[in-house]
Amino acid sequence: MDSPSSKSNQASILLRLWRNQEHRSTIIQIFTIVIMLVFLGMIVRNVDTNMRTIGKEFSFDFLNSPAGYDITFQPFISYSPTDTHTRAGIVGLLNTFLVAISGIIIATILGFTLGILRLSNNWLVSRIVYVFLEFTRNVPILLHILFVYGIFVYTFPVPKKAISISDTVFFSNRGVYTPAPVFEEGFKYVFISILIAILIIFFFIRWSRKVQDTTGKIYPVFYISIAILIGLPLVIFFSAGSPISIEIPALKGFNFKGGTSIKPEYIALTFALSYYTACFIAEIVRGGILAISKGQTEAAHGLGMRPNRTLQLIVIPQALRVIIPPLCSQYLNLTKNSSLAIAIGYMDVVATIGGISLMQTGKEMETMIIVLLIYLCISLFISAFMNWFNRKMALEDR
Amino acid sequence: MNNQKIQNYTPGSHPDLLPPVKTSGPLAWVRKNLFSSTLNSILTLFSLWLLWSIIPPFLDWAFFNSIWTAANREECWDQMASPALGACWAFIENRFSLFTYGFYPPHLHWRVNLSFVMLVLALIPVLYEKLPYRKYGLIYSAIFPFISGWLLVGGFGLETVDTDQFGGIMLTLILGVTGISFSLPIGIMLALGRQSNMPILRILCVIFIEFIRGVPLITLLFVASTMLNYFLPPGTVFDLLLRVLIMVTLFASAYMAEVIRGGLQAITKGQHEAGDSLGLTYWQAHRLIVLPQALKISIPGIVNTFIGLYKDTTLVLIIGMLDLLGIGDASLADAQWAGLANEIYIFVALFFFLTCFGMSRYSIYLEKKLHTGH
Repeated sequence: MDSPSSKSNQASILLRLWRNQEHRSTIIQIFTIVIMLVFLGMIVRNVDTNMRTIGKEFSFDFLNSPAGYDITFQPFISYSPTDTHTRAGIVGLLNTFLVAISGIIIATILGFTLGILRLSNNWLVSRIVYVFLEFTRNVPILLHILFVYGIFVYTFPVPKKAISISDTVFFSNRGVYTPAPVFEEGFKYVFISILIAILIIFFFIRWSRKVQDTTGKIYPVFYISIAILIGLPLVIFFSAGSPISIEIPALKGFNFKGGTSIKPEYIALTFALSYYTACFIAEIVRGGILAISKGQTEAAHGLGMRPNRTLQLIVIPQALRVIIPPLCSQYLNLTKNSSLAIAIGYMDVVATIGGISLMQTGKEMETMIIVLLIYLCISLFISAFMNWFNRKMALEDR
Repeated sequence: MNNQKIQNYTPGSHPDLLPPVKTSGPLAWVRKNLFSSTLNSILTLFSLWLLWSIIPPFLDWAFFNSIWTAANREECWDQMASPALGACWAFIENRFSLFTYGFYPPHLHWRVNLSFVMLVLALIPVLYEKLPYRKYGLIYSAIFPFISGWLLVGGFGLETVDTDQFGGIMLTLILGVTGISFSLPIGIMLALGRQSNMPILRILCVIFIEFIRGVPLITLLFVASTMLNYFLPPGTVFDLLLRVLIMVTLFASAYMAEVIRGGLQAITKGQHEAGDSLGLTYWQAHRLIVLPQALKISIPGIVNTFIGLYKDTTLVLIIGMLDLLGIGDASLADAQWAGLANEIYIFVALFFFLTCFGMSRYSIYLEKKLHTGH
């Protein structure tokens, strides 16, 4: 310390530590931790002082107090303004799931159809699909949602002048009204028969696989299964005397009564999300199919496989391996994009807990933490599934 | 039966056979590409019907029956044979200044215009590789965001403008350009951190990336608009635009990091080892060997992230900032022009389509140019 020589000695020790890769990385990491801790500490202290100056308290107690606002769309569990914020949040979460799941189903069907049409050897069809895909993908999703919602609000007539399809389905600016099935006493037999049909199909598939393994004889499993699945319940349905009646919506006063009403917010959101995501899925499907080299198809043909079975046994399993990981991330995107519901007033989890509950209680911290955690859980769940699937489907490397 | 018929011909009286089916020329092309099978013929006819039922009415609405100058909707519709028969583009024309500059003070519009020009000048060295003195051009491009930030906000000798007066195309471009220019370097850093062999650095990067990717942008914007002020030292006032810019940039950089990580993983270990054996340091090896290759591979992903970020800037309308879509949507509430939603949405869609489509075309061009493999 005192003499210059020990000083330079010390410096050289530090220099030597720095020049050693292992030590250097330790030093960097220690520094990172210290900086992170200081940063976090500062944030916690700031939050503490800021909250105290405004006179707010960090607590989740507000979740048990009455929410005091109405939710217009609550198809699963009943809810009234006197219920708690927790229940409002659950209604919102269920609405998020409803949009996400119906959106995913429609987007998958539409996306695969568009992807296959894009590959069609029909020039006109593939051009039209190409233009549609490019135009849809390059326009923000929020604009699509507002546009579809705008069609409902600005273009569709009031319920009194609703557009009707043979007086059973009505389109108005307050939503779409469709006939609702009313299940009667005997319907449970039909339901049971569906379960039995699924069981029969399960055993039939196992049996036919065994037959194929031992004798090589192939049954048209797909068509027989469909026939069982539709036929058996249908027979039971008619033998039980058609235990179902249909309630048709009718105009009473200013709005429709009876039947099912589907809110324009829900339709606009689901429709816009699904066709927007479908365009991305179409590109993925197209890429996946193109990724399978022509040699695979030719090899299968060389072995004497028919085109249908080539597609079924050779092309699709390999294409799926390419398609599924990006497909999952599109599903995740759709789920996350469903949070744009707030722009058109559909009450999803962001609009309830992160929107109105936040405004009413002034608990920015707590509500945002809840919303962020919910989305994190959904994302982690989907990624975990994706990783599991990837491992299962991974090519066995030699 | 056919055979017997043929046998009945007396020698020399055999009729001429039909010429073979044409295999080239327009007719053959139509047969091959449009009517090759029954299903294809049905699809073709259906497509033709679809085009016929969409395009002529749309052209009628958008061009032949449209009105380009009017003071309000009533005046616009009075000029048509019947109301709403055609598009009322006068709306867009009337509001064009609002759509471009937002509520920026009109006597200062030259500053926005100058920024637009500077933006174009800053893009040139980035996009054209053969530009002479490109190096100096790139330095200008790198400092451009700061210059134009000063120009737009003011201060240091210029009249200051509140950022809540920003809006329209100008705000969309500010959000997009800032997000794009800052998310790439941050994304590279995060990707390198995630690949690093220092566990703590790696874990921090993984947590950050996975957290940002796991939540929707709109919740992060809510955090920026409602919660972020609590994190700052008491008394600091942080501009909303700045908070949103930070969130948008962080959001995009997490996605960018994942794209670049894909590129980094494709670089074989031999490349790193080659760098080591030449005596290059970590940063030299990455700057000279690894990153040029990794970034080249990830160009499509990077541009896709740019496009996604650029489209996502519209989300700021939910927290009350008026970007192009926000101004368009707010204009619909104007009693003078109410009910002209289609005109607005088509105009905004066209703007986004042109810019995003341009970006994706450029990425394809770049990919082809950089494809030096076999």
